[in-house]
Formats: sequence, structure tokens, C-alpha cells
Amino acid sequence: MKAKFYSGNIACAEGALRAGCRFFAGYPITPSTEIAEHMALKLPKVGGIFIQMEDEIASIAAVLGASWGGLKAMTATSGPGFSLMQENIGLAAITETPCVIVDVQRAGPSTGMPTLVGQGDVMQARWGSHGDYEVVALSPSTPEECFYMTIKAFNLSEEYRCPVILLMDESVGHTSEKIIIDDEKIEIFERRKPTDKPYFPFDENAPMACCGGGYRVHVTGLTHDRKGYPMATSPEVQEWLVRKICDKIRNNEARIRSIEEFLMDDAKLALVSFGGPARSCKSAVKKARNEGYKVGLIRLKTIWPFPEEYFEKMKDMDFLVVEVNYGQIKLEVERCVRKKVHLLPKMGGEIHKPDEIYEKIKEVYND
Amino acid sequence: MIEIKEHPLDKYLRADRIPHIWCPGCGLGSILNCFLHALKECKIDLDNLAIVSGIGCTGRVAGYLNVDSYHTTHGRAIPFATGLKLANPKIKVVVFSGDGDLFAIGGNHFIHAARRNVDITVICVNNYNYGMTGGQLGPTTPIGAKTTTTPYGNFEHPFNLCKVAAASGAVYVARWTALHVRRLKESMKEALMKKGFSFVEVIASCPTTYGRYNKMPTGLDTMKYYKENSIIMHSIDPNKTDIDDRIIVGKFVDIEKPTFDEMLKKVGK
Ligand code: SF4
Repeated sequence: MKAKFYSGNIACAEGALRAGCRFFAGYPITPSTEIAEHMALKLPKVGGIFIQMEDEIASIAAVLGASWGGLKAMTATSGPGFSLMQENIGLAAITETPCVIVDVQRAGPSTGMPTLVGQGDVMQARWGSHGDYEVVALSPSTPEECFYMTIKAFNLSEEYRCPVILLMDESVGHTSEKIIIDDEKIEIFERRKPTDKPYFPFDENAPMACCGGGYRVHVTGLTHDRKGYPMATSPEVQEWLVRKICDKIRNNEARIRSIEEFLMDDAKLALVSFGGPARSCKSAVKKARNEGYKVGLIRLKTIWPFPEEYFEKMKDMDFLVVEVNYGQIKLEVERCVRKKVHLLPKMGGEIHKPDEIYEKIKEVYND
Repeated sequence: MIEIKEHPLDKYLRADRIPHIWCPGCGLGSILNCFLHALKECKIDLDNLAIVSGIGCTGRVAGYLNVDSYHTTHGRAIPFATGLKLANPKIKVVVFSGDGDLFAIGGNHFIHAARRNVDITVICVNNYNYGMTGGQLGPTTPIGAKTTTTPYGNFEHPFNLCKVAAASGAVYVARWTALHVRRLKESMKEALMKKGFSFVEVIASCPTTYGRYNKMPTGLDTMKYYKENSIIMHSIDPNKTDIDDRIIVGKFVDIEKPTFDEMLKKVGK
């Protein structure tokens, strides 16, 4: 066990190195840049490759190439760069290419507030590319979690052969504090490689034959069969393919799910939050409890796939969603519990203060 | 009984993917044939070769070769190939794509990969238009040429691809037409064996969507045109190779320069 004093961004980069990431391609963008800078410093020392590409599209394309080249690969960006990456995130989904994309969110839309916090990319993480696909998105609240969740992001990405998004926000990326690195808490999932021939690279749950493995795999963004051959006019193959890439995530939601419950046992009102503002929620919940309000906090550590089943079981509860956007997770909670839920939005620029959350709790509770 | 003999180039192709989708008279068939011969003569180990393509008619090359092959997004073959090559330096990486893919949507990636001198070979099939989407204006469409989006004739100045490649830092730059099959094959061989960013432009016929509108409705018409109008001028200054009434072909650049990988290792120490 060792203690370190890291910002969320540095902790994320350290987590990536620990997970075995040996390729980073990126393009500078505030507030994610320290991740690239740290990877530039550290990767050469462990035999890895850092490359600053000409833009974000090139960065994610290089990450996919490197992943097929056999390395665990990552990029880091913020909202505008994340938008540029979307087409290739779709390519990662359809070609089942493991990769990790870190999005340190700032306020948007467009250039928005480059140096200030936002959480407006929740839906972009889910639906940013075109067509039907699924991704995994994880959201850390503390620098320590940035470290462990980056490792988890790599593990899930390798296990399910899918793009995994680490949905951070500026308030977490730029917070520096003590983190404890406990080797016993770390498990690394290594990529499964094929051993048999004939080998079908796009069978359900198939291992991944990387470039030079002798399997001579064809990889295409076109609708393809289990061999990887284009079948771009076959509705049957399209049906099979889309189900496969979606269901491997949907059917494993309970395994991928990670939720922190805080004082939820007898709660009547549940706050729902994620990332940086979830910490303000915690303080607000403590204060409200002291004042006798039966309130708790559900902190989403996994954003996608959304924990539908989990929320469906709590239909009697009242909910207050606290997020630094104008109501994106609120839509999901409402969808699952099938009733109106309360929202305390922030358009971006700062996270909620505990007191304003406390005031909102009183208002909702006494309503 | 008929005895079915294997074609000597069969092992280079995914036989179960043939027939290909290309039109009769398209230059792509003979260009691919040249490439297969180049691979054979260079004795390249097919297990250690990767083909990366973008989107378009030429982009389909990746799917027909019996090697690790990647058909990526429009314009992004070069950065994908960059990641692949850096991750696995023992692989020979070839980007095989069209003029629209590599120089319109992908232009920025081309100049930067050349600048970095990433150790890949780029083969660009230039047929002056976007074939797969039905013959629209491309970055190399000659002035005056008719396409479906320049119905009154093209008025945009076209790119001279070899000039762009040379100016961006490519260590090997050559241009041929689909008529010059032997020279093209030799050039592909040189490019494949060259360390660093090598570039071969192949001017090719697209009777279906370009030729039809520009008085060359068959592949043969285009071949005749190449025969009458191309001039071999090796080592000529790439600045003097603009395509106008004549097509200047040959090897224009063949220089030595450390690759991205070598620079990385040198500076890293
Ligand atoms: S459209 Fe043109 S480039 Fe495409 S296959 Fe047909 S002839 Fe060849």
C-alpha cells in the first residue's frame, strides 16, 4: 500500500499505466491535457508509445489501430474532442475493438467553458455515434476512484471487446488529494487470444486475434458476418450483429453495475448524482439527516449501461437528481421509475454547493 | 475431367470473397494485380503484412487481400495505420485508398504522417472523382472536368498529390498510371522496401462515373489517353509535375530520413 498526492487526471493516467496501457494517442484539450502530458512522461519509461496526433479524430483512429496491433490503448479528451471521436467510437463498437476513451467534461455546448466543470456529455457518451450500439461508461467522484476506475475501464473493455468511456468531469480531474494505492485491490484482465483454427473473429464472445497473429482477420465497419466479411445488404446479418454488440453489454448490466448507496436504508427521498457533485450531495445528505430528514444518496459509478432494474425496484421512493447539466440522468431515472422525479440542475461552470442541495432537499421533502 | 489448378496468386487473395465489386474497365483490377506481384517478388511474409483502407471503391482492396486487413472510417486509414504500426513494428503496414479518402477528408492526416515519417507505405489510386458515391468532384478533379457536382465543369484548383507528399516530407514519392503495370509494380516494390513514409500515386480509369462524363466511356479509352499523354520524367522536381495536358510519371523523391520510431528512440535516450 502506498499513499500518493495526485489530481484526478494524474490518477487516471497512473491507473492506465497500471492497467497495462502501452499506447496513448491524444490531442490537447482543457481540462484533460494533464493526462496526455503524464502519459508522454511515463509511457516511454515502460516501453510504451505516446503520440500527439493532429486532431481528436486521428487520436481515436490511432488508438483503434494500436488496439488491433496488440496493445491496450487509450485517449483522453473533453466534450468538443469527444464529439469529433464519435464516428470512430462507432467503429470500435461494431468491430469490437477494446479501447478506453477518457472524457473530462467541461460545460458546453460548443467551446462552452473550457476551464470549468460540466456533466453534459452523459447522453453523448451513450448515443454519440450513429446506429445502434452499446458502450460502458464509468464515472469517478474522487482522484482515488479515477485510479481504480481507469483500471476497471480497461478490464471491462478487454473483457467485452468494447469501447469504454471514463466519464470524468473537471471538478474531479483537477482536484488533488491523497490517494491510497492498494495492490491487493488491483486485478488486471488480459486480452483473450485465439488458440484454435478455424477461428471466427466475430463470433459471440470470441477472443481477439491481433495483427500479426497469423489469423489474417478482416476487420470492417460494414455489417459483417462471424468471419468479418461484409454482408452489407443482409437484414438477417445486421439483426444478428446489432443484437450481439448490444446484448453483450445489456445482458451483463448487473455484472458491470457499480452503485454506492449512502444512508439509503430508511430513506424516503433519494438523491441521485455522479462525479464531482456527488461529494456535495454527501455533505448535504449528512446535514439533512442531522435535521431529521430521511434522505439518502445513490451515487452512480456506472452510468452506462443504465441500472434500469435497480431503479425499477424503487418505485415508491422520491428522487432528486443533482447533475451539472439541464437534466440528462433525470430522464433515465424517470424512464425507469415511470414517474416525475425532481431535478437540481446546474448548467455548468461550477458544481453545486452543499447548502443549495440542502435547501432543495427541504423544498422537495416538505412538498 | 477438368483439372482445377490453383492460380499462382491465389494465396494472396481471399478467394471466397471473389468476384470483386469493381466495374468492368476500372483501373483497380490491374493495380491490385501489380500489388500482388510486388508482394510476391518482395517475398513479403503475408502473416506480417497489414492492409488498411478507408472508404470508397479503392477502400475495398483491404477486403480482398488474404492478410490482416482493416477497412476503417472515411479518411482515417492513415491514423489507424499509424497506431497499428507503432504498436506492432514488426508488421509491414500498407494504406491502400483513394484520392477522395486520402486527400479530401483525410488530407490533414496524410500531411502529418508524412511529416512524422511514420514507416508506412501509402498507395493512392487517383481516378479524379468519388467513384463509389456516383462520381462527384474530388480534390484531384482537373479544371473543366464534368462530375455530378460540377455539372458546368470543375472550377476548383486540384491538388497535385506528389507535390503535397514531397512537401510534407515523404521519403519516397512516385506516380504511375494503370497502364504502366511493370513500372508500377517495380515502384510498389521499392515503396514496400523503403523505410519511412513512402507514397505511390496511381492514376486510374473510372469509366463508370468519371469517364462517362468526360469523353472516356471505356477503360480502353483511358488507357489510350495515358499512352498518348504520359511522359516519364524520373527525379523531376515534384513542383513541376502538375497534371495538365500531360501526365508526368516516374519516381520523383527517394531520400533518407529517420523515421518516427527512430526519432522516438533517439530522443528518448
Ligand atoms: S465506380 Fe469507378 S472506381 Fe469504382 S469500381 Fe467502378 S470504375 Fe472503378
